[in-house]
Amino acid sequence: MARVVLEVRNVTKRFGGLVAVNDMSFDVTEHEVLGIIGPNGSGKSTMINMISGTFPPSAGMIRLNGQDVAGKPAHRIAQMGVARTFQLVRLLPELSVIENVVAGAAFGHRRRWKAEAERYAESLLERVGLGAVMTVPVSSLTYINTKRVELARALACEPEVLLLDEWLAGLNPTELQTGIELIRSLREEGRTVILVEHVMDAIRSLCDRCVVMSSGTKIAEGTPADVLSDAEVIRAYLGADEDA
Amino acid sequence: MSTRDIRNLILSALAFGVVALLPFYDTGYILSIATTMAMFTVLATSWALFSGPTHYISLATAAFFGLGTFVTGYGFQTMPYWSLPLIAAVLGAGLAGLVGMVTLRLSGVYFVIFTLGLAELVRQLVTWVQNRTGQRGMYVLTSITESHIYWQLLGMAALVFLVGWLIGRSRLGFALRIIGNDETVAKHSGINTALAKVLLFMVSGAAAATVGAMLAPRYIYIEPSTAFAPLLSFQVVIMALLGGTGRLWGPLAGVIPFTLLWEFISRHAPNQTLLLLGLAFLLIVYVLPGGVVGLQARLKRRFGQGGH
Ligand SMILES: Nc1ncnc2c1ncn2[C@@H]1O[C@H](COP(=O)(O)OP(=O)(O)OP(=O)(O)O)[C@@H](O)[C@H]1O
Ligand SMILES: [Mg+2]
Repeated sequence: MARVVLEVRNVTKRFGGLVAVNDMSFDVTEHEVLGIIGPNGSGKSTMINMISGTFPPSAGMIRLNGQDVAGKPAHRIAQMGVARTFQLVRLLPELSVIENVVAGAAFGHRRRWKAEAERYAESLLERVGLGAVMTVPVSSLTYINTKRVELARALACEPEVLLLDEWLAGLNPTELQTGIELIRSLREEGRTVILVEHVMDAIRSLCDRCVVMSSGTKIAEGTPADVLSDAEVIRAYLGADEDA
Repeated sequence: MSTRDIRNLILSALAFGVVALLPFYDTGYILSIATTMAMFTVLATSWALFSGPTHYISLATAAFFGLGTFVTGYGFQTMPYWSLPLIAAVLGAGLAGLVGMVTLRLSGVYFVIFTLGLAELVRQLVTWVQNRTGQRGMYVLTSITESHIYWQLLGMAALVFLVGWLIGRSRLGFALRIIGNDETVAKHSGINTALAKVLLFMVSGAAAATVGAMLAPRYIYIEPSTAFAPLLSFQVVIMALLGGTGRLWGPLAGVIPFTLLWEFISRHAPNQTLLLLGLAFLLIVYVLPGGVVGLQARLKRRFGQGGH
């Protein structure tokens, strides 16, 4: 049996009267790529935000390697081994590309500093295909390259779990192929990843398992092929006017 | 340390050595202006250590400064003189820590208002204590001369530059730059943002309180309304922004011209000093965003010089 890295149990998040996440439970095992899918507004980002500590759950339990993380401040959770990217890319505009990645290495799960951090950041930039633009200002990067920098920064924490919130969104068809290849290579390295995605091709080819959310509730869980042919899932997507 | 660091260190030490000789040349008007400059150099540089990277505008300088002057006012007869700046530093850091813990969670605007109110709050507290003990102001009569104050401030300036340089190379300094860019990213990268901000705020609070303690003998008579005057906080902000907070030497580049102008105007048109403050502010906003540091960086880019 593979080791469970992340346990989510009966997690609920209320914003005033709105229940954004409703009694969600799932596990992520080591080396697994878990997809979280669902129509717009179904609570996927809210789930990611609770796991990474942006805000605490209203109820429920989240455990990383057996340790309680629910309600801990984001920086503690990052140090314990959760790294993430953001649905809307967030780079550090006044810092160089390499400094953006060192930012992930210097304070995260495995801390590195000075020459060691820089070497590590360089190797990660090479890894995500950015060897050539290490010294340019962040403002001159193309869209996919900003996403790559953000990914390298998250990887620089050497996380136990990597959370990617629609990392592939907004890429054009050729970029999308490159992006999918990149994430596939992470998967082949044996990383543990939670992937929030709308792109069905990516879900089919990258995820070991999927959790489907609709209006904050888990409506299906299983292999991509199984959940994508599930009647309730199709209804949820069609009902929300999404192309499945 | 790189060779450039060593060169800068030697040059700075030489510069400090040269300006330290000033009291042997003049102990009158020039020394008095130089003392004011030294005072604002410490205040603006330490202010920028915190506000530069975090972009939090603090108007609390007067609160820490006033606290420091009253430490000397109350302590100079009973305690060894050398201990007063140290006590002021500890109290200043303590007050900054306390205020930082409550306010640094607030966003920018609320922080500005709160720090402005802080000077008034501390002033009221001191006034209240004085009323209970039946005092109004107090005389600080010592044998400390202007030259002594000047040298103390120079020493303090050297210390602030050294601390700033060390912070700039440290993880704490890097953490602050990240916080200034995007606090959410900072948190999710593992930075305890509240702690980092409070620590730096304590450094600048300690420095301002120390300066107040050192300057008290210069004023001879101190009372709450002058010791906690909010004007000081505004002057420090304007000078630091005029010079630019992107570099350690930036505030100094604002302090020198501003102090000279201020001096000139208060001699020839004493009612127009506030106008100068306003004009300097407009200049920063419209002509010199990033201050002298920003201008220098732009010129360098335009004429394509190498190096830094
Ligand atoms: N910070 C917040 N405060 C109040 N409501 C919020 C907050 N964050 C999310 N919501 C609400 O919670 C619900 C779920 O939002 P969430 O962003 O988690 O959806 P999502 O599945 O990520 O959607 P998308 O696919 O569009 O990114 C939405 O109705 C949203 O308006
Ligand atoms: Mg989302």
